[in-house]
Amino acid sequence: MAAGKLTSKQRVAWTFLTIGVLLYALFPVASIFVTSFKTQADLGSNQFWPTTWTWDNYEMIFVGGAQELFLTALRNSIGITLIATAVAVVLSTLCAYAIARLNFPGKRIILGTALAVSIFPVISVVTPLFNLWRTIGLYDTWLGLIIPYLSLTLPISIWTLSAFFRQIPWELEQAALVDGATQWQAFRKAIVPLAAPGVFTTAIIAFFIAWNDFVYGISLTSTEAARPVPAALAFFTGASQFEEPTGAISAAAIVVTIPVVVLVLLFQRQIVSGLTQGAVKG
Amino acid sequence: MASISIRNLVKEYGDGYPAVNDVSLEIEDGEFVILVGPSGSGKSTVLRMIAGLEDITSGELLIDGERVNEKPPRERNVAMVFQNYALYPHLSVYENIAFPMRLHKGQFSKEEVDQKVRKAAETLELTEHLDRKPANLSGGQRQRVAMGRAIVREAAAFLFDEPLSNLDAKLRGQMRTEISQLQRRLNTTSVYVTHDQTEAMTLGDRVAVLKKGELQQVASPRELYEQPLNLFVAGFIGAPSMNFLPGSVEGTTLKTPIGEIELNEKQAEAGRDKEVVLAGIRPEFFDEASQVDASQRAKGQVFTAELSHTEWLGNEQYAYVNYENDPRVTDVLQSLAEDMDADELRTQLVVAVDAMSTIRGGDTAELWVNTRRIHLFDPATGENLTRDAEAGARLTEMAREDRQREAERAGAKLSS
Ligand SMILES: Nc1ncnc2c1ncn2[C@@H]1O[C@H](COP(=O)(O)OP(=O)(O)OP(=O)(O)O)[C@@H](O)[C@H]1O
Ligand SMILES: [Mg+2]
Repeated sequence: MAAGKLTSKQRVAWTFLTIGVLLYALFPVASIFVTSFKTQADLGSNQFWPTTWTWDNYEMIFVGGAQELFLTALRNSIGITLIATAVAVVLSTLCAYAIARLNFPGKRIILGTALAVSIFPVISVVTPLFNLWRTIGLYDTWLGLIIPYLSLTLPISIWTLSAFFRQIPWELEQAALVDGATQWQAFRKAIVPLAAPGVFTTAIIAFFIAWNDFVYGISLTSTEAARPVPAALAFFTGASQFEEPTGAISAAAIVVTIPVVVLVLLFQRQIVSGLTQGAVKG
Repeated sequence: MASISIRNLVKEYGDGYPAVNDVSLEIEDGEFVILVGPSGSGKSTVLRMIAGLEDITSGELLIDGERVNEKPPRERNVAMVFQNYALYPHLSVYENIAFPMRLHKGQFSKEEVDQKVRKAAETLELTEHLDRKPANLSGGQRQRVAMGRAIVREAAAFLFDEPLSNLDAKLRGQMRTEISQLQRRLNTTSVYVTHDQTEAMTLGDRVAVLKKGELQQVASPRELYEQPLNLFVAGFIGAPSMNFLPGSVEGTTLKTPIGEIELNEKQAEAGRDKEVVLAGIRPEFFDEASQVDASQRAKGQVFTAELSHTEWLGNEQYAYVNYENDPRVTDVLQSLAEDMDADELRTQLVVAVDAMSTIRGGDTAELWVNTRRIHLFDPATGENLTRDAEAGARLTEMAREDRQREAERAGAKLSS
């Protein structure tokens, strides 16, 4: 929009387009949301809105019959994701620091490999990984998920962070040294405050990726020992053999979506700039 | 306050190329020394070695008589102003200036920090900007914040790496004066790296000229200008730079492409046994013959030349004269031009004439040249054959006395 202003015709067109995209993106979420408040009877009737709103489904997953399944899965999800995120952030910070600061042979190869790993289709890795994990005993363990999650989160973290670090004026570190700082003080007082937003953004992005994974979660676990929420949803059962667990699944889906939505709403600006930096500058 | 002794300093980067090669320089307490040289000559490297940001490959560095080669920057107590200011973007101007003091916890009380920051801010006219972030300041203000950070510490020495090169010409002139006055007032030993001729000539008590990591000459600006040690210094100092005319000396006559020039016996003798010499003649040694009165005329020589074009700059005017170069010196002049970062070898004589003069390109003009100030250089070694070392030393001694007098005056002003 070179002129910066839209004609009224353009504005109408944009409005419709935006509404269309919003509907398309949000309708499934809204549908799951209302479903999570439906009673068992409403689930069968092909109506969008529940006739009576009920917390039954939430009760079921938190204190009711599905409690065991859901809460352990939630614990697995949170634990595995946080550990995978933390490890990814630490490793990618070190890696990106080296890439941004030092000149060493093989720098391009590292970035290239990271990119290659990130575009490698997950589904083709899963079967060999399944066999390997079973042989070496990582199958159905936290570690057995954390490692593949790192392969998802590390490449993008390395890319975003090295783009971010490249923009930091490293002369500041030297300025601080001359100003009387120790090496550690220079890093902490001059560099960390500038690097922190980038590291933080990367952490959020890495968290999403691990949190949302389904393929590894379902393929590399078999019990509650390590099964994360997205995978556990498939194992919900109804109150009786003839009842579909749709309500409970919806409620669980909403519960795991909440942290993502909250994070996005709180940090949308950082996330967008982090992503575009990675995209443009990488 | 401290003296700085640089002894046979060598810096080799990873690839083994000596960025600084055997540089020795004694800087007195309170002295303002300028490092100049073309791009890549190792100026910044010398400065960074003094600051402790670059390891010293060999040689010795003493600050206030104490060897500091192995000391980290913070133990050297020097302050540095970087080319792009290196202000901390997340801190306010106040905190930027207070930063060095904050690093030494307990050494300064809160009131002391506040008082020092405000005093520095006042000196640099930053008081109303103390709460702002560096990103919101103009170039000149940022420059001042960087200066503020340097002066609050009462450092032993100030190091400047092209501090004004990011400013526009007008502001540069103003900041140059401010830096000069500040240094005189504080009387703090300073080393200043620059590309800029004017900064080099006006700021420094002494100027050190570097070429490819090697020190060429250290002297007061006047000595460098009047008694350069070699071809490179002669060409590098002064703008527009010195003309180098090829010629040969026969008797007391210098035969050049623009005509014969009569030299005095001393000059002639210095160049007589060389097959070919380069006569260094600064543009302002010339004038229009009609402008020179009779008594002055006797000190030089008149010749005629066809002007190719003229340049009028308001306060001065330059006329250009084409000449045929001597093939024996083209190589020397070509490599000199490269050393000086100049575009290419010039076979044009630059002549400074009065700004009021109405001579034009295409005219045949009668020009006069002051022959007494001509230097002869040996094209093979670059050596200045006619340099008067004593006269040069006198000029540098004069600059030294000037500095001491000024320091005393500043001291007297402070105590009164
Ligand atoms: N980190 C480095 N690694 C390798 N070589 C370097 C490094 N820094 C500088 N050099 C080389 O050392 C030489 C001197 O560099 P230096 O920066 O001191 O020059 P300078 O005189 O400050 O130039 P300029 O006027 O362009 O700033 C150059 O040839 C440069 O290529
Ligand atoms: Mg430099």
